[in-house]
Amino acid sequence: MIYLQLYFEFIKVGLFSVGGGLATLPFLYDISQRTGWFTQADVANMIAVGESTPGPIGVNMATYAGYMTGGIPGGIITTLGLITPAVIIITIIAKILNHFLGNRYVEAVFTGLRPASIALIASAGISVMKVALMDIPGWKTSGKLSDLVIWPALILAAAIFAGQKKWPKIHPTVWILIAAVIGIVFRFAE
Amino acid sequence: MQEYLDLFLTFAKIGAVTFGGGYAMLPILSRELVDQRGWVTDQELTDYFAIGQCTPGIIALNVATFVGHKRKRLPGGIVCSMGVVFVPLIVITIIAAFLRNFAEYPVVKNAFAGIRVCVCVLVVNSVLRLWKKSVVDIPTLCIFLAVFLLSVFSFLLPVSFSPVVLVLLSGAAGLLLGQVRQKGGRK
Repeated sequence: MIYLQLYFEFIKVGLFSVGGGLATLPFLYDISQRTGWFTQADVANMIAVGESTPGPIGVNMATYAGYMTGGIPGGIITTLGLITPAVIIITIIAKILNHFLGNRYVEAVFTGLRPASIALIASAGISVMKVALMDIPGWKTSGKLSDLVIWPALILAAAIFAGQKKWPKIHPTVWILIAAVIGIVFRFAE
Repeated sequence: MQEYLDLFLTFAKIGAVTFGGGYAMLPILSRELVDQRGWVTDQELTDYFAIGQCTPGIIALNVATFVGHKRKRLPGGIVCSMGVVFVPLIVITIIAAFLRNFAEYPVVKNAFAGIRVCVCVLVVNSVLRLWKKSVVDIPTLCIFLAVFLLSVFSFLLPVSFSPVVLVLLSGAAGLLLGQVRQKGGRK
């Protein structure tokens, strides 16, 4: 019975969390409060694990929450719950779009959507930059502008950027792997 | 059957190398789906992200479903979504079972501090790549700047605009623009 409940709770999460994976957070806190399946501290741990493992953060957190509640089947069921609304809604939209393919009005709408879409992606990129390349708390305590930038991170970023330009054929995953190794060797988290 | 397996494995691979939210998936999607397989175009990918960001559900799953639907309708959409979650499901289950303090290990923290730097660069490069096909004239540049500034500096504003609102307004702006252009064309 818990599995059915888990499934429906995560259909709700999938249905109402619009935007990035972290949009699922308020729902996870809500579930924790209402059901007591996992604690608020567990949710904090889910974010940490979700961000430091492969896969979209939202999916990772759902799997983790499901496992905490119902073991391996629980993890599978919450993930399926999360997928269900996405598949249904997007299938409907895709069908409608196919129907209107080449329609002048739909084309016009997409002319407006495309720059907005990449602007949102760029702004998500900026949020990652704030964490990865900048030390905002450090800058606030010292007040020195040179403390705002995490220099080794900036150098690595510039190197990857130049590398991608020079060798565009190299798969993005290779760069991720190189960055992980450099992060470990030079202790980037400290 | 072969094609379903192909869809599943491709998205399983993409799910395994995505670090962060759905936006982090974009560089990998461009490479795997546009460059290597030719399943979708850059423009379609941008469209999917636009819709994926303003419809319910995790962006990554929405985009995967779109691509799957384009290839093989509903079954394709299901197979691709299953593919995206496949590796994370296994990894997270193992971590939740045995390594609850996984995120606290210094080696993990250091590796991810490095990975985050890389993800920034990959995302910037993706944006630059899609820029050429999305920002084609002054009006589209204005839409880009408006949405970008409103979402980056949302913390300075008394009201914050959700991505949903921004995407809907941009769609409306596009529609309006199309109408104005058509009228101009008639004269």
